[in-house]
Amino acid sequence: MSLKKISKEQPEYFEFNSDNLELAKTIIQKYPLGKQQSAVMALLYIAQRQNNNWIPLSAMKYIAQFLKMPYIKVYEVATFYSMYNLTPVGDYFIQVCTTTPCMIRGANNLIDACKEKISKNENELSKDKKCSWVEVECLGACVNAPMMQINNDYFEDLDKEKTIKILDQILKGEKIKSGSYRGRKNSEPEDNRKTLLKNNNA
Amino acid sequence: MLKDQDRIFKNLYNDLGEDVYSSKKRDDWLNTKELCEKGRDWIINEVKASELRGRGGAGFPTGLKWSFAPKEVGTKPHYLVINADESEPGTCKDRDILRFEPHKLIEGCLIASYAVNAHKCYIYIRGEYYREGQKLQKAIDEAYQNNLIGKNASGTNWDLDIYIHYGAGAYICGEETALLESLEGKKGQPRLKPPFPALIGLYGCPTIINNVETIAVIPTILRKGAKWFSSIGKPNNTGTKIFCISGNVNKPCNVEEEMGISLKELIEVHAGGVQGGWENLQAVIPGGSSMPLLPKNTCETITMDFDSLIKEKSGLGTAGVIVINKDQDIINCMARIARFYKHESCGQCTPCREGSGWMWRILVRMTNGEASREEVDMLTDVTKQIEGHTICAFGEGSAWPVQGLLRHFKKQIEKRNNFNPLIRTNKNIPYLVDQHLLDKENV
Repeated sequence: MSLKKISKEQPEYFEFNSDNLELAKTIIQKYPLGKQQSAVMALLYIAQRQNNNWIPLSAMKYIAQFLKMPYIKVYEVATFYSMYNLTPVGDYFIQVCTTTPCMIRGANNLIDACKEKISKNENELSKDKKCSWVEVECLGACVNAPMMQINNDYFEDLDKEKTIKILDQILKGEKIKSGSYRGRKNSEPEDNRKTLLKNNNA
Repeated sequence: MLKDQDRIFKNLYNDLGEDVYSSKKRDDWLNTKELCEKGRDWIINEVKASELRGRGGAGFPTGLKWSFAPKEVGTKPHYLVINADESEPGTCKDRDILRFEPHKLIEGCLIASYAVNAHKCYIYIRGEYYREGQKLQKAIDEAYQNNLIGKNASGTNWDLDIYIHYGAGAYICGEETALLESLEGKKGQPRLKPPFPALIGLYGCPTIINNVETIAVIPTILRKGAKWFSSIGKPNNTGTKIFCISGNVNKPCNVEEEMGISLKELIEVHAGGVQGGWENLQAVIPGGSSMPLLPKNTCETITMDFDSLIKEKSGLGTAGVIVINKDQDIINCMARIARFYKHESCGQCTPCREGSGWMWRILVRMTNGEASREEVDMLTDVTKQIEGHTICAFGEGSAWPVQGLLRHFKKQIEKRNNFNPLIRTNKNIPYLVDQHLLDKENV
């Protein structure tokens, strides 16, 4: 159960743009007739994407009407799950995993890098308001620890220097490459392959 | 070591490509129709004979689970739900299946759906795996285009639709009934069992829920035969398993090995050894953060399968091996895990909601050497109050790692925390004050 702060500044009105309206309608089709409530999680994601990566209360009300469900049920879902941002975050939203497997491999150095480059506290926008960072629980890339997620992409096998370099690139608006930053292939044992050796010769 | 030809996930590191054509070269979708034509009973019996146990953590026999689904479809449709909400710290095996072997999963979905009479299959992926979800969706689209799924899927006369449902960062949704709640568009709080999902599950209909890895190995088992699968590993702990080795090892990796491989071989051979050498090993968490840790002397001899680890009062869980060497503060490591559980408790049952916070706070104090001797016993007591007193297994999952720490590292805790409250009374210990007694005083 995560503690969620609702933004004090709320836009008064929200509705899906025409593309997202179509998308929402196709998503509802995935679920049986009368079970459109199942689509609430997907629709909250759509609202979040449309609204600069956060969900205003008006969007929850809109989705409640859209799915013919009580507003409070949407609110309940939006506040329960940690991936719904209920206050504005940066365009680049950086999530650093600090759970034990990452912690053991030095995730705290990544946090230091974020503090230096972006903002002193988590959930605080950087000076140019483009970035914000947050400490999160296990992101499920433990063999590539330490790692962080920027928007939808994973950045793996990091250390402080590499993190600073990535953050510098973001702040300059440069494109960044996702994946391992030690040049290893996915989750293979680096230079220590004992299995599936024929694959590389094929 | 397992021979490469016996490995099921030949594209674990994506050497060969994950699209449908490359997958077909690895024998995916080879004779799906023929396998299904052998009938539901044959499929379920073959899975039973292979002694495959669920790969999601609990290790429940898959064939048995399938046989719980009603034989005939009544008034309610059946559903197959795939649990891809992989969030257990130390585990990242399903991610590689979703990314690099999606067709194994999709083919498994078809066979499993056929076996349990389901026309609809939902794959519940954790929200953070957005890219993995995209790759899986691409594979599903390919499968539709090639008539492998959809109407008359693979020529089996069986219709199957597969949909992806994204989670949104709640660990608890990996618990099967919480996952169903989440799929129904509610907050993910587990349901009481019974009724079991096999009879009353998604939308109140019979539902079979399996882990990604469990379903992805099914086609290969049926193709190569239950005998082949059960000949690998140990009795009652058969087959291959993807192990994720993370933490203080030189070459952290995912690797598919046979069940019952020795932990030492896994670490020394595949993961390039412990950082600082084997002698520098402090403890290993063998099956994702919920499983109690093993001290070094146990690690020398232990084999990685369900039954041997239970004997050591731990468990195989998801086979996420977290190696901790002597450079780490073991109490702090477990305090961080306790913080994870405090953060992820769904809040439904009081022992877990309150207890997970208690354990975390006590462990933080212990890390800093601020705890009293009594608190060691209190911590034991708290874990016992949680264990067995919650709706779902999250209670055990949060209490067991702490119990493991107390079992094997109690001396270290006591050495650091020898403060005696009778002598130094000026310390402020917030939770030692019984809140309702305070209220009485106020009255």
